[in-house]
Parts: sequence; C-alpha cells; structure tokens
Amino acid sequence: MTAVAERIAEIGTLRSRHKSWMRSESAQGLALISPTLIFAMVMLVVPILVVIAHSFWTQNYLTIDRTFTLEQYRIALTEPIYRDLLLRSLWISLVVSAATVILAYPIAYFISFHGGRHKSLWLFLITIPFWTSYLLRVMSWKVVLGFNGVLNSALLGMGIISEPSPAFLYNTTAVVITLAHAWAAFAILPIFVSLEKVDRTLIEAATDLGDNPLRSFLRVTLPLSIPGVVSAILIVMIPTVGDFITPKMVGGKDGVMIATAIQAQFGKGANWPLGAALSVATMIVVSAMAGATVLLLRGMARLAR
Amino acid sequence: MIEIRDVTRAYGTFKALDAASLSIGEGEFFSLLGPSGCGKTTLLRMIAGFDNPTSGSILVDGQPMDGIPANRRPTNMVFQSYAIFPHLNVEQNVAYGLKRRNLEAAEEKRRVEEALAQVSLSGLGKRRATELSGGQRQRVALARALVMRPKVLLLDEPLSALDKKLREQMQVELRHLQQTVGITFVLVTHDQYEALAMSDRIAVMFGGRIAQVAAPKEIYQKPVNRQVADFLGGMNFVKADLVEEEAQAIVVDTAGFGRIRTEKPAAYRSDGGNATLGIRPERLRVLWDDETASHEVAGRVIDRHYFGEITHLIVEVPGFEKPLSVTETNSFGADDIPVGAPIRLAYDPDALVALAD
Repeated sequence: MTAVAERIAEIGTLRSRHKSWMRSESAQGLALISPTLIFAMVMLVVPILVVIAHSFWTQNYLTIDRTFTLEQYRIALTEPIYRDLLLRSLWISLVVSAATVILAYPIAYFISFHGGRHKSLWLFLITIPFWTSYLLRVMSWKVVLGFNGVLNSALLGMGIISEPSPAFLYNTTAVVITLAHAWAAFAILPIFVSLEKVDRTLIEAATDLGDNPLRSFLRVTLPLSIPGVVSAILIVMIPTVGDFITPKMVGGKDGVMIATAIQAQFGKGANWPLGAALSVATMIVVSAMAGATVLLLRGMARLAR
Repeated sequence: MIEIRDVTRAYGTFKALDAASLSIGEGEFFSLLGPSGCGKTTLLRMIAGFDNPTSGSILVDGQPMDGIPANRRPTNMVFQSYAIFPHLNVEQNVAYGLKRRNLEAAEEKRRVEEALAQVSLSGLGKRRATELSGGQRQRVALARALVMRPKVLLLDEPLSALDKKLREQMQVELRHLQQTVGITFVLVTHDQYEALAMSDRIAVMFGGRIAQVAAPKEIYQKPVNRQVADFLGGMNFVKADLVEEEAQAIVVDTAGFGRIRTEKPAAYRSDGGNATLGIRPERLRVLWDDETASHEVAGRVIDRHYFGEITHLIVEVPGFEKPLSVTETNSFGADDIPVGAPIRLAYDPDALVALAD
C-alpha cells in the first residue's frame, strides 16, 4: 500500500520535473535559437561530416569505394608536392596575419586614442573597401603590382629603376600584400575594441608611477589589448590558409597554395577522397597552429610584465 | 612643500580654476573641499602633472614643475577608481613603480611587503586584482603609491566609493598612516565631514576659486561667507541691520537676537545697512522646564526629524523671517518633544558669526 503510494508520488515528481524542464529558461532558450541552430547544423556540421567521411574512402574514376582506408592521408602527408603546398600555405598565412596585425595595431590605436569625436567616422572609412567585390580588389592589386603597373611606372618615373620589373607580381610577396590589405579591417576592429576597453586611468596610473609613454604602452596598454590581437590573428590566419582566389590571381607559379590543390582534386583530378583528406589535414594543422600562436602570445604578454 | 602661485586653468572661456594661490606645508594633511565642478580635481591633477596651468606656476619642494611630465614628479596619486592593474596581482601592482628603480630583488620584495603591511594587506600579495573587495583595492592603490616614498601623496576622492562604515574606518586609518609616514597628503573630497575629520588644514573651493583656507575648527566655526558656511553643514542665517563698523568687528541689530557685536570676516564688504549672521544648529540649546539662560529666545516646534543619536527640531520664533533649525542630542529626550510644543532656546552670542555674501 505504502509502496504503491510512494511509486505514484515518484511518478508525480518525475512528471513535474519533466514539466519544469520544459518551462525552464534553458529549454526556452534552446527553443528560441532552434531555427538558426538547425540551419547551422545542416549547413556546417553535415558538410564537414561528409568531407570527413570522404577522406577515408577511395575513388575509382567515377565510383566511390566506401571501404575505410587511411591511404588518402598517407598521400596527403607524405607526397612532397602536397606537403610543400601545405607548409607554404601555413607560412603565407602566418606572414599575412603577422603583417596584418602589425599594420592594423597602429591604426586601431590611433582611432581609439586619438579618434576623438570622429571614431565612428574612422571606422566607417575603414569599411569602405568592402563596398566593392573582393575580386575587384585583387584585380586592382594586379594593376598596382603588374609589369606596366602603377608601382613600376612610379619607380620608372622617379628614375629608381631603368626598366619595368616583373618581380612585384605573381609570387608569394604579391599574395601576402594582397591578403594583408584585404584582411586589414578584420584585424583593426577586434584590436580597436580591446583598446577601447583599456581604462585610461590605468595609463595615467602607470605614468604616475614613473613610466614614460613607451613603457606604459608596453606594460599596460599592450598586455591589456592582447585579447584583441589574438582574435585578429585568428580571424586573419584561419581563412587565409585556405584562400583560393588570391593565389590564383596574383600568386603565379610560386604563390600556389593548398586550396588550389584541393580544388584540383575535386575538379580536374577527380579524386574527391584525396581532396577531402587534404582539407581535413589542413583544418587540423591550422587549428594546431592557431592554438600554438595563442599560447605563444599569451606567454609573451606574461613575460612583458 | 607645495606652492600654488596664481594658477589658472581655462578651457576656452570657462575657467576651471581662477587665479588660485595656496601654500601647503611639509608633512601636512591638506584637503581641497568643494562641490563637484569647483576645480579641486583640476588643481590636484595639475600638481600630479596630468594637466598644465594656463597661467601661474606650481612648485613642489621648491622645484618649479613647469614642463616636468607626471612620470618625473616627486608626487604619487591614489585614483578615485583606484586604477589597479587588472593583469597583475597585488604584489606586482605594488612593485610596479619600483621596477624602474633597479632595486635588488630582495630589497624590492622587502619594500613591497613593508608597504602591504602599512595598509594591513600582508599575506594577500598573490591575490589577483579582480579578486579584491573595494576596500582592499583602495588599500592596494595606497600601498602602490606609498612604496614609491613620494614627497607628496595626492588622493582623489579615495573613499567616495566605499560604504559609510568602511569609509569612517578608512578615515581614521588614513590619518594615522599619514602621521606615521610623515608624507604630505593632499586630499580632494566633496564630503565636509571627511575633510573635517582628517585634515590639518582645508581649502574650501567654489567655482574655480579658493574661498577660505583654514584649520577644520576655524572653517566650521568661522566661515568667511554664506557659501562656505552652508557647504560645511547646517547654518541658521539671520538678517541683521548694521549699526557700527569697526576695524575688527561689526555691531548689528537683529530682530530675534537683539544687538550683537561680532568679529568682522576678512571678506566682509559693507553694502549699506545690511548684514548676515549665522549660528550653527547645535549652538542653540533647548532649555528644559524652568531652566534659564542669559541669552534665550522663545518659540514653538513646528517639525521634528529623528536621526538616532540626534534630533533636528524646526522652531518658529517670532521676529525671525525663517524658522530656526536646532540640533539636540537625544540624551535628554529631545526626540520626545511634541510638534507644536512651546520651547525656549539658549544661545551664546559668540556663536553668532558675521558672514560675507
């Protein structure tokens, strides 16, 4: 009798617990974001799973052989051509993110500390290049760096060189310049935000305790803006590794990056599993490199104290 | 220790500080007191070097400070927001300014620990700045400035963010600390009780001008004008007719208090026959039962405000244009006097001070 009563009470609490979860804030929150969540799952997670699945298969002309194999990874990681392309891509993205952040920091600093009433105007001006398509921006770098381009004409006109130099375009440097320019705004914004959050009284306190402007920058402003620098590096580094258009347009033979090889496998090469394995390998390596960079920067910021 | 000579700070046509002159002695606890916007913080920031006078000069320890940046001045500051470096722990915060002095590691550690002990924070050196309470942050800011052994310590409303109890405790500690280390303290505050409780001398400022510089008791008992009198606590203002003006004193007639002879304030300017007298609410004493005094007025209680240890009585007295405000301790039952009751008040004619407008 009592056992039955207890059992009934138990079911009651279970039911009410279930009900209370349905009414809880977390359930409401999940319900609220479910359309976007489902959309993100379908458009992001599923394609990645498809790519990962392909990377363990093999392709025979037009048919996919779905037996599990690590063969594609062996090729992707040991074939000199792919290894070199991957290393070059990583190197280029590293150089691009370093260059972008080094160029973006002073701009962000200027806007934050000396922008005065015109901060939003400055930020608006920075976004202006985005009003044209990326393709056009890359093309205009071709115009600047090309054999008969702006740079060559200017150098010729000033008498610094006697004949146009082909050295500016179709190489790694051209890729770095173009990418650094393209991603500048994405680096300026997070650095700007973190500089805005630096309490100006802290800089006064550092000055009061004997620091000149350079020292107070190195000991207070820079360490406190490191989160912005880290996000800027990640924002620039991760997408540039897999960039396809820029190396294709201005990279020439020397500027080829891993994305070109991946595209070739999915296209002319007709080897989707190899392309997938290259993609997955790139993703993993980029994540590792991004993580290492973050740790390195944090360590350096700690040392700067 | 500090000489302020004719210092003006103008922003366009607005003068935040208008020809202020001041001399602060060595080892003195000096307060700049005034309402917000009176120029007290501007003056403090100019002593620290964060702002420069439009004209006039500031000397610290005999050295003119013109053109000397804040980082090379023998002053240190405790900021209103404390400005504790969030990326450093307590020890690193306190040692921040010492790093540049190239001390031996052991000596640096000793001085940091000494400073932390001075502000009763021993043992909290490894705490992160974000893990501290408001009172502790204030102590870290204090230790960080004291460890530099400055000639002058500047404090910008250091207690304003603390709750009442902690604030009162810190007032006592700050005063004690100042007497121990013997450094000149310059405190900016808008809290008159804080200034009265801690300072050797106070400068009261209004609208960019220094109205009065004196010891707390003198400022409170002999304010030079109505503004100063009003800012430093309750004051009953009484209109009076001037009878005679002497070199040091004036003789006036008042409707309620009769003929009074009182000291003439330095800023007093005769404007025909009118004068203003003031008497603090606590200088009016309730006369109980058949008690009498040589000087007394009679009236009726029209309002009563209870404050725990004291009661404010608002008393209407015939002949006065405004009711008198009276503060009485509750030891004798002032909190039981009913509204509407007739009342007699004793006063000391010496407590009536003449005020310039």
